[in-house]
Amino acid sequence: MNPIQDLGLRTVSLIAHLGRLTAFVVQIGRNTVRPPWRMQRLIDEIYDVGVLSLAIVCLSGATVGAVLGLQGYVTLSRFGAEGSLGAVVGLSLVRELGPVLTALLVTGRAGSAMAAEIASMVTTEQLDGLRMMSVDPIDFVVKPKALAMLIAMPMLNALFIVLALFGGYLVGVQLLGVDGGTYVSSMEGSINLEDDIAGTLLKSLIFGALVGMIATYRGYTSEPTSAGVSAATTGTVVTGSVAILLFDYVITALWGV
Amino acid sequence: MNAIADGDARVRFDDVHLSVRGRSIFRGLSCRFPRGKVTVILGGSGAGKSTLLRSIGGLVRPQRGVITVAGVEVSRLPEHDLFEVRQRIGMLFQHGALLDSMSVFDNVALPLREHTDLVEADVAAEVERRLTAVGLPGTGALFPRELSGGMLRRAALARAIVADPEIVLCDEPFSGLDPINVRRIEKLFGTLNRQLGLTFLITSHHIPSSLRMADQIVFLLDGAAIAGTPAELRHHGDARVSGFFAAELDAEAANGDAA
Repeated sequence: MNPIQDLGLRTVSLIAHLGRLTAFVVQIGRNTVRPPWRMQRLIDEIYDVGVLSLAIVCLSGATVGAVLGLQGYVTLSRFGAEGSLGAVVGLSLVRELGPVLTALLVTGRAGSAMAAEIASMVTTEQLDGLRMMSVDPIDFVVKPKALAMLIAMPMLNALFIVLALFGGYLVGVQLLGVDGGTYVSSMEGSINLEDDIAGTLLKSLIFGALVGMIATYRGYTSEPTSAGVSAATTGTVVTGSVAILLFDYVITALWGV
Repeated sequence: MNAIADGDARVRFDDVHLSVRGRSIFRGLSCRFPRGKVTVILGGSGAGKSTLLRSIGGLVRPQRGVITVAGVEVSRLPEHDLFEVRQRIGMLFQHGALLDSMSVFDNVALPLREHTDLVEADVAAEVERRLTAVGLPGTGALFPRELSGGMLRRAALARAIVADPEIVLCDEPFSGLDPINVRRIEKLFGTLNRQLGLTFLITSHHIPSSLRMADQIVFLLDGAAIAGTPAELRHHGDARVSGFFAAELDAEAANGDAA
């Protein structure tokens, strides 16, 4: 095969892939707005995505906040602007680091697990078993997982930001001696509810939808082999992380959040 | 081709050509599976026994030819329309295919909860009745990972028959079972077949049980089917067919002697 043929083949394959992904997403969307709702399965999945990610999100949030507080203080003190530490930590967390880092963490922990679980269900014929019982696997398995990701992501993002603000406060105020009132008031004065809080919510919702779609799609379309499970897991983390960063830029450029 | 009249056939294959990943499995396969009878599908490894069962459920589609289940052509039916046909079918997969995130009870109860209006007490009674029938009473609280291979397959069989399907597809139901459980499952198949008139399609390498149970045997060879009664196929003119029976029975006898 010459390079031109190879390029053509890859292009056609990419387009086919995108077409299948679109059809998959449309099917999830269609199933979401019609019964059965399967609330218990959704709650179980929210537990898997949300509650089981709490430890890693809280720990990472506090650490990132502490680092931001430290770095921000060192940089701001060069200009005698330590009083703006709360604003710097708050704005960078709410507008950018909170949603992006939470999404990356959740992709690594819950997204990969989601893809691996579905892929292993493909390998062990569990999805075929559902089909033979006239139970739609998209409805029974995929929809609750994708929705759980969409619902849990903003909540985890909020938690990450709160813990990070606390970490920044601990380092900036308790350790480095910035005035506590100044830290909090500069944060309050700089964070806007309409732009910043709505923006972080929008970003985390979009990231949640993206990671949910990518993880379930990679698992659902995996090869029924152990290599297929591995490829679905790796593919979810790689594709999910790149998609999060790309969409972060697009959202920021389009809406300025 | 056996001499079963078309009106009696619950499942029909007509000139089916099917390839999977470029490998030709069926090349003009035609056969009939009669209503209310037990048909055992035999053939060497890779002959397409599991593929035949999967194609009846519409899990794989032929490139050419027609597959009819209970009067409905499934080979070209859209996925969503297949759900109605599949409610008439119960399938036991080779490795059970139980949902590993759910208990045995929830697995067996799933078809009832999805497709009937039974209250939970009736579901529980029906599930326990089926688990007892396959020799697994009181195992509902266990998870699939806690069962042995044989127990897993019997739990999957309970799930396959819990909703009283018209057609039961069983992929290697005796694989990994001890002789007592082979007899138990044989007896269960016989009871369901006689009392409820269920149509059984069973793939197997277990020749003694096949000969005991089968009303008809379909032997897959070179992508086509040779059908007949157990006696007819044991003494078939093609040495590859009759030889298969002789070799498998010899192996069984040798195993019996060794034991």
